[in-house]
Amino acid sequence: MENPYLPYPVRIDDIEIATEDKSLKTFKFVFINKEDEEKFAYKAGQFAELSIPGKGEIPIGIASSPVEKGFVTFTVNRAGLVTTHLHNMKKGDVMGIRGPLGNWYPWDLLAGKNILIVGGGFAFTTLRSSIIYMLDPENRSRFGTIDVVYGARTPGMLLYKDELIEWEKRDDINMHLTIDSPAEGWAYNVGFTPPVTEEKAPKGDENTYAIVCGPPVMIKFTLPVLEKLGYTHDHIIMSLENRMKCGFGMCGRCGIGKELVCKDGPVFTLDQINQTPREY
Amino acid sequence: MEIIKINKKDWNGGLAKSRKAYRLYGPIRVADKYFSEFGALAEDEVPDMSATDTRLSPKSIAFPPSEVMLEYTLDENSEDCNIMKVPEKEYPHRAIIGIRPYDAAAYLLVKKNFDTSEVRDPYWCDAYDACTFIGLAVQEPSLLDFSTSTNSGPFDESGLDVLLVDAGDSYLAKVITDKGKAYLKAAGWGKEAGKDAAGKIEALKKKAEAKIQSSVSFDNIRQKSVMELFEADFWEDTAFACMNCGTCTYVCPTCWCFDIQDETHGKKGVRLKVWDSCMYPLFTLHTTGHNPRDAKVQRVRQRFMHKLKYFMDKYEDGIMCVGCGRCIRSCPVNIDIRNVCQLMNG
Amino acid sequence: MLAYIDKIKEISGKLLKDGKVDMVIGFRKGSMPMMNEPCFVREAADVQNLVWDSNCGINLANYLAGRKEKIGIIAKGCDTRNIVTHIVENKIKRDQLTIIGVPCKGMIDRRKVSERFEKEIIEAEEKNGSVIVKSADAEDTLKKEDLLQDNCSICIHRNPVIYDELAADLVEEQKDVDRYADVRKIEAMSAGEKWRYFEDLLAPCIRCYACRNACPLCYCPTCFVDESQPQWVGKTLDPVDSRTFHFLRAYHCAGRCTDCGSCVRACPMGIDVRAFTKKLEKDALDLFGWEAGMSVEERPPLDTFKPDDPEAFIK
Repeated sequence: MENPYLPYPVRIDDIEIATEDKSLKTFKFVFINKEDEEKFAYKAGQFAELSIPGKGEIPIGIASSPVEKGFVTFTVNRAGLVTTHLHNMKKGDVMGIRGPLGNWYPWDLLAGKNILIVGGGFAFTTLRSSIIYMLDPENRSRFGTIDVVYGARTPGMLLYKDELIEWEKRDDINMHLTIDSPAEGWAYNVGFTPPVTEEKAPKGDENTYAIVCGPPVMIKFTLPVLEKLGYTHDHIIMSLENRMKCGFGMCGRCGIGKELVCKDGPVFTLDQINQTPREY
Repeated sequence: MEIIKINKKDWNGGLAKSRKAYRLYGPIRVADKYFSEFGALAEDEVPDMSATDTRLSPKSIAFPPSEVMLEYTLDENSEDCNIMKVPEKEYPHRAIIGIRPYDAAAYLLVKKNFDTSEVRDPYWCDAYDACTFIGLAVQEPSLLDFSTSTNSGPFDESGLDVLLVDAGDSYLAKVITDKGKAYLKAAGWGKEAGKDAAGKIEALKKKAEAKIQSSVSFDNIRQKSVMELFEADFWEDTAFACMNCGTCTYVCPTCWCFDIQDETHGKKGVRLKVWDSCMYPLFTLHTTGHNPRDAKVQRVRQRFMHKLKYFMDKYEDGIMCVGCGRCIRSCPVNIDIRNVCQLMNG
Repeated sequence: MLAYIDKIKEISGKLLKDGKVDMVIGFRKGSMPMMNEPCFVREAADVQNLVWDSNCGINLANYLAGRKEKIGIIAKGCDTRNIVTHIVENKIKRDQLTIIGVPCKGMIDRRKVSERFEKEIIEAEEKNGSVIVKSADAEDTLKKEDLLQDNCSICIHRNPVIYDELAADLVEEQKDVDRYADVRKIEAMSAGEKWRYFEDLLAPCIRCYACRNACPLCYCPTCFVDESQPQWVGKTLDPVDSRTFHFLRAYHCAGRCTDCGSCVRACPMGIDVRAFTKKLEKDALDLFGWEAGMSVEERPPLDTFKPDDPEAFIK
C-alpha cells in the first residue's frame, strides 16, 4: 500500500480566471510522473487535496471529468492561507495533488435514470465533472433526461460559461441558467435558483434523481422545492463540505455522527444526512 | 498456554540482555514526583514496575505528539524543489515493558482507525508492528479504574504479547503470541513455571477484578438512535464546567485525532502530524468562518458521542474507552466519563 | 469554611425564588477526592446540590464571559477580582450579576496531598483547619495550611472585593507575606541561569493550552496561537514555540492577572505556569502601584496613559 499522505507531484499547465471578480481561478495540472495519472483514476464527485509545500493542503472537488485525459482541473476560490498562495502561483510551478479522495455520485445507481442537477455559485465544479461525464458519447445513452438548473449572482459569476452556452445549444441536455437580477444581453432566466427550479425542473419520481450543490442558503430553499416536486429524500443527493486534513478518514475532524465527510462522503443522500447530526 | 517463571533476581539481567535486539520502553518514575511517565528507557535505566497509571498514556510510542511525515525543499536549484519526499525512517524492534493491559488494549481500538482495509497510516502501523507488548497485570486497581466494564480489564490479554503477573519474588510470564515468546527468549527467560501457575494467575485475576469498584454500562446506548442521544437535554449541564482545555483527549490512550502542519526552516521543511483535539474550536473551523461545532457544548458532546456511540456504531464494537480513568483524574473541573455514560445509557 | 454552605444555599435559593437571577453559578460535589465540579443551578430546589469547601479552586469568573442571563455567582476573593476585570473589559455587565461573596482561607492543591502518600488518595475530609486523608494503605491528618495552592498561601485578598451578598463574616487578610520571593530568585539569576530555568520549567509542556483555557483573562475569540494568517507560532513541541506561547500569553495578562492560580491548577503536566505571570504581576505593582481587579472604576495600566507613567524602559 502506498503512503496516503504523499502527494503526486504536478505542474501547473494553465491558469484561467473563472469569475469576473477574479475570486476564482481554474488550475489545470499535469502529472510530472506519467504513471501517477493512472493511479489518480477518479470518478465524478470526488475531491483531492491540493498540496503546497510550506503552506499546507486544501480539499477541493475535482472539476475535470474522468473522460478528459492528460490533465486534471480544479476551480479554486481564494479564501484562506493555501488558496491565497495558490492564486499567486504561476504556470509551470510545481506542487502536489493527493487523491482521489472520498466517494462519488452514485453512477451505478444513476444509470438509466433521469438526472436533475441544481447548482449555485461556485459549487459547480464536481457538477461540471458530472455533466461532461454524462454527455460523453460513450455514456450519454446510459442516462435518461438531463436537466441543469445553475444560478449565480451575475452572468460573470457563472463558472465554465463557454461550456454552459455550448450545452444550451444541445438538445440532449436541458439547461436552465439563471442570474439574480436582470443584466444586459442576458437571454436566460432571472431569479434565484429555488424558484427557477420549481418552475423548470422535472417532477420527481422513482426514476429521477436530483444532485444538489450550492451555498447553504440555496440548499435551504431548494430542498423544500424539490420535496414539493415529488423528490423523496433518498432521491436527493448532496455533497457536503467540512474542515478536513487527511482526507481519508483518520484525522477525525470532519465527522458528522459516525460518518466522516472525507471518507464516507462527501456525497450523501438527504435521507442519510437526516439521520446524522447537522455538524457541517 | 505456556507460562514462564522469571525470578526477580534475573529481571534486570534479562532486560539488559534483551537490549541487544530490542529498544526498551517502560514507565519511568519522574524525579521527586509521585507518578511515572512512559518513555524510552536509557541504557542503564530499568522500568518502574511499581508504577501506577502513567500520567500520559503510552499511545505516544506509535503516535508521538508531533511526528515528521514528509519533507521538502523550497530551494529552486534543487530538482526536487516543491516535491514532497518520505524521509528514511527506521522501526527497530521495541519492547514495551510494564504496559498496563488496558493501555495495550487501547492500541487495538486505535488500530481500527489507522489500519483499515482501504488505507493504512504507515507511521502508526510501522511503529505499532515494531512493538512487542510485555504487559504487567494490574493487581491494585485505582479508584478510577473501570476497565472490567469496557471489555478490557486488569489482566486483559487482548493487546499483549506477554502478560506478566507479579507473584512476589518472581513474575509469571504468560506467553500470548510468538512475538512475546521471541522477546522472552532474547531476554534469556525460559524456565517453565509449575503446573499450578495458570491457576495462580487466574486466582490473582479474580482478586484484582473484585477490587475494581466502578463500572459503566452502555447496553442501552447501543439501542438508542444517534439523534436521540445527540438531542438529549443533559448536554448543557454536562458541558457547563468544561473549559475546553483538551487535557482529557491528550491523556487518553484511545484519542487519535491529529492535525497536519507544514514547518519551513530556511529552504527546508517538514510536513508534520501533530496531536489535535475535538475540544478546540479550531478543529472544525471552516475558512468561511462558519464552525459546525462553534459552542463548547457541541464539542463536549462530540467527544462523548464519539467515544460512547459513534465508535460503537461504526465498528459494531464496544466503546472507544478502556476504562483507565486518566481523563477523570486529569480533568481540572472533574467531568467524569462514567457519569456521562450513565446519563447516555439512562 | 465548611459552615458557609448553608448560607450560600439560603442566599442562592432566595435569589432564584425571587426571580432576581436566572441561574446561580457555583460548585457541586465532585466524583473523586479533593475535587468539585463547577455547575449552574436554575431551580431553587436544586441549590441543595451546591457545595463549598477547600476544593473550590477553579475561578468561576471564567464561566461568565459573554453570558446573557442574570446570574448569581459564588465568588471568593480572586474570583471577584476577575469579575471586576470582566466588568472593566466589557465581558459581562455589573447589573447582570448578583455576587455572593465568600471570604476564603485558601484552596487545597491536591497534588501536594498526593505527593505525601505512597498510594492513591481514597478519601479526604476537611475538619477545623485539618484534612484527614486516607490513601490505599495509610491515613494521616494534615494541616490545611501546608496543603494550600502556592498562590493561596501568599494571597492578600482573601475577601471578596465586590459583592452583593456575603456568605460569612470577612476573614482577616494575611499580613507580612512575602509575595514575590520566587520572582526575586529568578530575577537574581544570570541570563544563562534564567534560560535554563525556563527551559526546564517548560520541558514537560504538551501544548494542550489548558492553562490558557482555564484563565479567565484568556477569552480572545481567536488566540494568537490559533491564527493561521499569519501563523505566529508552530504547533509542535519545539521548545522555541512552547516558549513563545507561554511568554506571549503571560505578557497578554500583564496588569490583568490576579494570581488566581487557575493555570497551575489546570496544567495536566504540573508546570508552575505562575512563574511567568507572577513577574508581570510584580512589575505592574512596582511600576504602576497596580493590583488587578480591585476596582471597577479604574482601567488597567497597560490600556491607559498617564503623564507620570514610568518611562525608564524606553531608551
